[in-house]
Amino acid sequence: MDDRVAAAWALLPGYLSQHVLLSLCALGLGLAISLPLGFAASRSAAVRWPSLFVASLIQTIPSLALLAMFYPLLLALSALSKAWFGHGFAALGFAPSLIALTLYSMLPILRNAVTGIRGVDPAAVEAADGMGMTSRQRLLWVELPLAAPVIMAGVRTAAVWTIGAATLSTPVGQTSLGNYIFSGLQTENWVYVIFGCVASAVLALGADQLLGLIESGLSARRPWRIWVGSIGLVAGIAAALSPLMATSAVAAYKVGAKNFSEQYILAELMASRLRATGAVVSMKEDLGSATAYRAVASGEVDVYIDYSGTLWANVLGHKDNPGRAAVLAALGRELKVRDGVTVLGAVGFENAYALAMLADRARALGLGSVADLAARAPTLKLGSDLEFLSRPEWAAIRDAYGLSFARQTSYQPTFMYRALADGEADVISAFSSDGRIAANKLVILTDPKGALPPYDAVILLSPRAAKDGRLRKALTPLIGAISVSAMQAANYSVDRDVHKLGPAEAARDLAKAAGLGVP
Amino acid sequence: MITFEAVTKSYGERRVAGPISLSIPKGQFVALLGGSGCGKTTSLKMINGLVTPDSGTVTVDGRAVGAEPLAILRRRIGYVFQEVGLFPHMTVAGNLAVGPRLASWPEPRTEARIAELLSLIALPPDVGGRLPAALSGGQRQRVGLARALAAGPAVMLMDEPFGALDPVLRDALGQDYRKLHDRLGLTTVMVTHDVMEALLLADRIVVLDAGLILADGPPGELLADHPDPVVRALMETPRRQARRLEALVAEAGHG
Repeated sequence: MDDRVAAAWALLPGYLSQHVLLSLCALGLGLAISLPLGFAASRSAAVRWPSLFVASLIQTIPSLALLAMFYPLLLALSALSKAWFGHGFAALGFAPSLIALTLYSMLPILRNAVTGIRGVDPAAVEAADGMGMTSRQRLLWVELPLAAPVIMAGVRTAAVWTIGAATLSTPVGQTSLGNYIFSGLQTENWVYVIFGCVASAVLALGADQLLGLIESGLSARRPWRIWVGSIGLVAGIAAALSPLMATSAVAAYKVGAKNFSEQYILAELMASRLRATGAVVSMKEDLGSATAYRAVASGEVDVYIDYSGTLWANVLGHKDNPGRAAVLAALGRELKVRDGVTVLGAVGFENAYALAMLADRARALGLGSVADLAARAPTLKLGSDLEFLSRPEWAAIRDAYGLSFARQTSYQPTFMYRALADGEADVISAFSSDGRIAANKLVILTDPKGALPPYDAVILLSPRAAKDGRLRKALTPLIGAISVSAMQAANYSVDRDVHKLGPAEAARDLAKAAGLGVP
Repeated sequence: MITFEAVTKSYGERRVAGPISLSIPKGQFVALLGGSGCGKTTSLKMINGLVTPDSGTVTVDGRAVGAEPLAILRRRIGYVFQEVGLFPHMTVAGNLAVGPRLASWPEPRTEARIAELLSLIALPPDVGGRLPAALSGGQRQRVGLARALAAGPAVMLMDEPFGALDPVLRDALGQDYRKLHDRLGLTTVMVTHDVMEALLLADRIVVLDAGLILADGPPGELLADHPDPVVRALMETPRRQARRLEALVAEAGHG
């Protein structure tokens, strides 16, 4: 318990500084756009209605979806800019998060600016006009000072929203306090989850209180409150950002990971081997499945581990299953030709999609294979992870065996196992390398028709990394080194409820179990 | 010199002014008199461009309103209205400084002007540091008047300037303003619905009804038997009040 809190504290400066930097930039950009737009909107109905409509519309998009939306968009833009100007830019991490959060911050600022300015006493406005103020003078001398408390209230709301929503930038590759929450949720490290929630809440509340002090100073015309609030804000921001100044060294390698324990462990394993060569390594964790591949293809991530079946079906769009070795061989060729992505090799174990049940229950129902399951499926409930039902693998196995369940529900992987244990689900989409299969006494239903493709874990390198001898030398020993039982044990050490290990510790143990020395 | 040439203004179907033709020479104190909705405020606001006429031309000093940027024109015209519209976030001195600042006066001249204005409206100098919220209604009205005079305009437009005050203050402030008008050689156009106020302050009264000029002349001429029945009825009230007052005063003298 204490270890995990200490580990969480150790990560705080890095996460907090990134979180504050992102929130600050988004809010600053939001202000820079929304305030002038708000002034224009307060003068003209032709600006007011469209801008408020669009800002409200943006607000109806779930924040996670908004964040995810800008990655493919920026990726396309980056490709365009590379084609036209010879320079691409990073489509992952800061840029999409900044754009999404900026858009998200706009509505409260815009609406309060319009409400505040239009709410100024008409007599003061008439006096301003009557005395011969220009529109600009009226705004700066009269309307802005009088509307300032209302505008400030909008800025306050925007700040709280932005700081809260910034936790959701973790899945698009931006480090934030959300890293605690997302990785904690995956590895059932509730200390991390709560730590992340509390940290972002404290940050949001602190910013809210300081901005509130400025707001009350503006409305009560008490300059000292404005000063105290401003100085507090500046000091807080400076303190939060100070770790950025200290560690301004550019990361030599970026290691990617998708959003589950095995990926965290393998990413840590690769990172530790790269660090051992003296390189500076940064991590991009919690990437979505498709996001991760695009990131390595575009060079935003140098290396990550993916699975042959996923690449075969989802990335290359193949529907057939020529067998494990043939898939591996074909992948190496086709990914290289299509995207310049290099398959360094398979690390040895498979993490296949499989349908699993509680062993007792499968025995009681007399089920051993997916073919047996097909007859019983209409009375059974399927629990899946978040992406399984939309993946071609599901379509393949469903069509091959004619599966039709009474109910299908998607869960976070962690909760999917809970659902199976609680009887909420009878059959789940499991991963063959998951430590919980053995630990929870599950059985994997065999696939006699070979409907599901093989899922060898393979190391993918970006075009730049493929040419890097130091990186290849550090990672090549991983090829063929990790058995499925070693991986299951490592996964379970992170996923279990008691005596949990962090991904870095699990990676250390895994390296030992696999007999990997220091490079 | 202010002129109206066949000026009209409608809001939707409703004609609120016109056609109005009028010529106000320099130095005159004109009252626009009439009931609510007669078009007097609309006519007044056409002089400083707060309202734009649908047709016809308004000129100030020989130049059509709108020929130069309105903000420039308005800086030469004082404007006072019933709600006053003091800027609540500025002190009294700050409010008084707005006109001079708009006219880009040097700071020492503005400072001197503020002190001069405060004594002009008979307020102690320390009032300059107060916010409008700390003033009485009468003081606010005076500050509004002083603010309009600050940059030394030649023309003053006043819309029910003393309307929110009690009768004693109202009369006193009215008389004070009339003296200022004469002393500074201003041209004043004042909107009022109060016949007595118009009669006692103005050199000339223009009676408006449904946007048209019913009568136009010096107070004495309008008080004498006017051919228009509406004007006669309007003037009858103060006349009757004056007779009754005279009778009361006579009675008190005999008693």
